[in-house]
Amino acid sequence: MRALMVGLALLVPLAVPQQYLVTLAMLTVTSAALGQAWNLAGGFGGMTSFGHVAFFGLGAYVAAIGQLHFGLSPWLGLPLAALVGGAAGAAMGAAAFRARLRGSYFALVTLAVAEALRVLANSLDITGAGVGLQLRLAPGLAQFQFVDRRLSYLAALILLGLTMAAASHLGRSRFGARLAALRESEAAASALGIDVVWVKTQALALSGALTALGGVLYVQTYLYIDPSIAFSPQRSVEMLLVALIGGAGTLWGPLLGALVLHVVADGTQLLVSRPGVAPMMYGVLLLLIVALLPKGIASLRFGRRRNA
Amino acid sequence: MLDVTGLSRSFGGLRAVAGVDLRLHAGGITALIGPNGAGKTTFFAMLAGFVRPDDGTVRFQGQDITGLPSHRIAAQGLVRTFQITQPFAGLTVAENIRVGAFLRVSDPAEAMAQARVIGTRLGLAAQLDRPAAGLTVAGRKRLELARALATSPRLLLLDEVMAGLNPSEVAELIPLIRGIRDNGVTILLIEHLMQAVTQLADMAHVLAQGRLIASGTPRQVAAEPAVIEAYLGAGAAARMASHA
Repeated sequence: MRALMVGLALLVPLAVPQQYLVTLAMLTVTSAALGQAWNLAGGFGGMTSFGHVAFFGLGAYVAAIGQLHFGLSPWLGLPLAALVGGAAGAAMGAAAFRARLRGSYFALVTLAVAEALRVLANSLDITGAGVGLQLRLAPGLAQFQFVDRRLSYLAALILLGLTMAAASHLGRSRFGARLAALRESEAAASALGIDVVWVKTQALALSGALTALGGVLYVQTYLYIDPSIAFSPQRSVEMLLVALIGGAGTLWGPLLGALVLHVVADGTQLLVSRPGVAPMMYGVLLLLIVALLPKGIASLRFGRRRNA
Repeated sequence: MLDVTGLSRSFGGLRAVAGVDLRLHAGGITALIGPNGAGKTTFFAMLAGFVRPDDGTVRFQGQDITGLPSHRIAAQGLVRTFQITQPFAGLTVAENIRVGAFLRVSDPAEAMAQARVIGTRLGLAAQLDRPAAGLTVAGRKRLELARALATSPRLLLLDEVMAGLNPSEVAELIPLIRGIRDNGVTILLIEHLMQAVTQLADMAHVLAQGRLIASGTPRQVAAEPAVIEAYLGAGAAARMASHA
């Protein structure tokens, strides 16, 4: 019932003619989708990543390089990007979790990986180095480029649907129950027969694959990518903020978090034109949430919704 | 069922467990006792795959499980509980137990049904849908037991399930542990409470400074001079005998 109502509400922007309003909706929904992708590993599995933009950037570059250097259709770029993002998640997970890196140590590793990728993208020819990559303008379904923002919004909405479906699966499946268990105690989970490293690695791979799809949507919308956009630490922070503010490890948290974050940030930008005030509001918002609602906004209305 | 030979582990210069041999037959309850720091928990941790032994072998149901990762050992039917309880605090009590049931059952609804049955059997019926974080010490101990039991183990290693409980809670737990044994689960338990050991265990092994110093029925080992000295210090057995 709740899902149906939220679903209908999310379709409203498709009927809005003002492109800038649709753009705001698209940014919010993209942010919710990326936050939910982060949430799959970070919220449900307690793997607090500070470098999730690594997967986003990889996805964006896979799609852009595929089109520019190999003539690959963006429609094939989507699954390829998901594959690369998933493989990167699996590799990062296998390395970090085998070495028993947890908590802030894991967060630092993810941050370092994202920064290393940014430096790499800045120095390679195939990524266009610091100049970046510009896609050829070819509007139309075939090249996955849309003049009408509403179609870009629709694409973002589909990605949100995918991530929500994955989160909902975690809330109901054995895999999700095992992930929640190891989040609470890895020792106890392992004593009950759970292969902790394997379950965490799979979760990070899933999260990485979906985050990479977000990168593809970005490059198809803006037709341009460079290292500082693709691997911006700010986007990593936004992904985890959206999930934490809304409620980490909950189904509805990232959507709520993205709504609040964007209303606050865009509202501030409308009222105060001075730069830097909007990011400052992020900080204020986070402090308020941590102080008043440590389990996020989702804990307010929907009661205890930390899914098993 | 369990055949341990020469199991050893050192931490730095400390030989926590030094060449312990132990055989367990299927069925029955065996106690592992000994003063603090004797190496009991380290011994358990090695059996269950949490600590890698320096030397020695562990054979379980005829298979060499030495050094296997803990989840593989659990899957073979050797499951431990923790002295310091480790509830999945954010989950409900029933969800906690279901994690154990998921080892044998993949269907979520069926695993939940099993979890509720086991939770009820262990006296957690009223708490099943409450968060595990809110349980009392006694409740947490029962939850440890229920979760381990839900994995359908063949051999259960219980690390001080009675510690921290008051006498009436202990009295309630004893028949529950007997009931688990009667259902065909072999039990090896670490326990400080001699009253519980004498009531429960058929056999007791005494560990002191990493070595096995006595084996026998609980009453036999409690009267053994080497055991009394391990607890009370050198010469204690002789002094007690002269006072008697």
